[in-house]
Amino acid sequence: MAWMRKLLRVNLTTGNIVEEPLNMEWAQKYLGQRGLASKYLTEEIDPKVDPLSPDNKLIFCTGPLTGTSASTGGRYSVITKGALTGAIACSNSGGYFGPELKFAGYDMIIFEGKAEKPVYLTVIDDKVTLQDAGDLWGKSVWDTEAAIKSKHQDSMMHIASIGIAGENQVLYSCIVNDLHRAAGRSGVGAVMGSKNLKAVAVRGTGGVKVDDFMEFMKTTEAGKKVLADNAVTGEGLPTYGTQVLMNVINEAGALPTRNSRDVQFEGAHDISAEAMAEPSGKDGKPNLLANQGCFACTIACGRISKINEEHFTVVNKPEYWHASGGLEYEAAWALGAATGINDLDALTYANFICNEQGLDPISFGATLGAAMELWDLGILNSEITGGLELKFGSAEALTAAVEATGKAEGFGAELGMGSARLTAKYGKPELSQTVKGQEFPAYDPRGIQGMGLTYATSNRGACHLRSYTVSSEILGIPEKTDPLVTEGKAGLVKAFQDATAAVDSAGLCVFTTFAWTLEDIAPQVNAACEGEWTVDTMLEAGERIWNLERQFNNQAGFTAADDKLPERLMKDAAKTGPAEGLVSGLDVMLPEYYELRGWTADGVPTNETMARLRL
Amino acid sequence: MQRALVIDPGKCTGCKQCELACSYVKEGAFNPSKSRIRVFDFHQNARFVPYTCTQCDEAWCQQACPTNAITTDAFGVKNVNDNLCVGCKVCTIACPFGTVNYNVATGKVIKCDLCGGDPACASACPTDAIAYTDVEQAGFDKMQAWAQKTDAGALQA
Repeated sequence: MAWMRKLLRVNLTTGNIVEEPLNMEWAQKYLGQRGLASKYLTEEIDPKVDPLSPDNKLIFCTGPLTGTSASTGGRYSVITKGALTGAIACSNSGGYFGPELKFAGYDMIIFEGKAEKPVYLTVIDDKVTLQDAGDLWGKSVWDTEAAIKSKHQDSMMHIASIGIAGENQVLYSCIVNDLHRAAGRSGVGAVMGSKNLKAVAVRGTGGVKVDDFMEFMKTTEAGKKVLADNAVTGEGLPTYGTQVLMNVINEAGALPTRNSRDVQFEGAHDISAEAMAEPSGKDGKPNLLANQGCFACTIACGRISKINEEHFTVVNKPEYWHASGGLEYEAAWALGAATGINDLDALTYANFICNEQGLDPISFGATLGAAMELWDLGILNSEITGGLELKFGSAEALTAAVEATGKAEGFGAELGMGSARLTAKYGKPELSQTVKGQEFPAYDPRGIQGMGLTYATSNRGACHLRSYTVSSEILGIPEKTDPLVTEGKAGLVKAFQDATAAVDSAGLCVFTTFAWTLEDIAPQVNAACEGEWTVDTMLEAGERIWNLERQFNNQAGFTAADDKLPERLMKDAAKTGPAEGLVSGLDVMLPEYYELRGWTADGVPTNETMARLRL
Repeated sequence: MQRALVIDPGKCTGCKQCELACSYVKEGAFNPSKSRIRVFDFHQNARFVPYTCTQCDEAWCQQACPTNAITTDAFGVKNVNDNLCVGCKVCTIACPFGTVNYNVATGKVIKCDLCGGDPACASACPTDAIAYTDVEQAGFDKMQAWAQKTDAGALQA
């Protein structure tokens, strides 16, 4: 129960499509989604494979709770070897696509090989077909969704696709479903593009069942009440969205600004949740129009926004005057603070383009921030950039850059490489704010020390969603720790990493963990699924998944030397705010972390650790 | 007292908990495609709109049914009697709102029956976008809001 117990294997080279039973032995060890698909990937590909070669595989996978009424039970993940990082990639998305795949009868789709010509896959219950995508290639995500629904005369289809960024194999292109939800990070869209796979369109009319319905209703109702009664999930996120954090993190002195030269942004308020709710434009309506919940989500942090029609970005483009997915915190930070831009409408426009063309706004904004620093230092000039004036704070530069990057046109092609490759090309690799090639998100490790260890050890490259210690260090969840100290952070990071891996593998959203612990989650999983799912077995599964991912990366060629932060965070102290004078204490935390993990001093899981986790 | 579902799209977030609750109660599985209530996403207008049968007083589905399979109970609810339904789908044509639909799996039509007086969708809605209230008072909340908005005395004060 809960699992559909079936997967689809689609060989794009041969066009062969087969249905296979899901490996339920693995499901008992890795649960689903992130864990289970990582197990399949690591069993099936050579870790040293070129991510953009036909030998890489691309897996769309749901969790056992995906498609159920458990709050936030609507997630799926894309697992592959990441184009941006060369590490294992696992990008998680909401919306409605994941549940629809289960309603069609499948837990997972494994794509292999490479199609000779552009194709898309339709899964209409058990009718699974590769279709010619010749007329879709070159279309945006938004136009692709409309064209496929129109062609199949089915407005109820849910579609995951790449825009022109993915087609152009922009290294941080993403896969977008339901117009503005995205499997965003590590370049999973580029892998899809390299396979000539434009879209996956799904329509299911079957149902998902759970093991013990009465117990499931009891535990999920209790869980929903916990979310509703919690200050963050019941009030902060519904009212303000994730953007509730903009002013909070700025005041904490942990808002990386202008490529991390600063840790506080003087324009933070202008791009915050509070600003989104203020009336703007000639109709007096605010930027924010509505809240959206993903499938089954009772938090509803999603934002639906519009751009002021008189703003320079859209004044001559009425096609962008409608509502669409609006700014969430990481995107607002990357497009705004990382670049020093405080123009809310310009950020909203850039975010629309990222959704429309399939770009990860975190990596794009952070890469643009790095390019702006190169400009500021005189290393880039308008001859190199083709007239693009990359000044910190320039909304015009942001607008032109985001359009050019999706199309991989002119200097946009260089921005599309990501900040690590871009800064290296111009002889300043130390300016790249990345770990394992991936741009870090909206928390400065000088002001939130746990996030430094989080970024350095994240298996998919710098990421906040692998161990969101901001919860503890800033918000005091589950208990307050001091963000400015390193003591205790190794244990905190490990605990968050293991629990998060389990949550990601269940089909739930990690945002529930502002209110839920595994004490709330395990009973829901246990009621839905066969097997014994307790706090302990879930934590063990999480730790197993973490080590499986680490083992893949080690075999791919990563070493302890890659568990490091950019030089700036280790040497240049924060200039203002509570963390003034501080650098990251990663050097202190990392050895302790390795030891807690049961890894050697070189960051390799010991034989005992592997045996203990049954790996 | 006759009660009805009163839907406020302004409060809906599109989470589909109503569809999940409805389909589990009626079909024994989480299956939105078989839900009697559906949420529609008018994305470009930033609106999510739940929609279902309003239990018409003079129900066209009922009048069109050639086998008298649709009956009215004491609370005004139109119920489909599966033993009499022959799956002719005439009611789906007669209903002006599209809220009676054919279920291929059973060969019968399905529609909202208010769960016998305890509609699962209303209980499941996390934002009170779906309420189950006395039909004679269904508009009172809206009236109250407008009364306040248009109170000239308060506006002058």
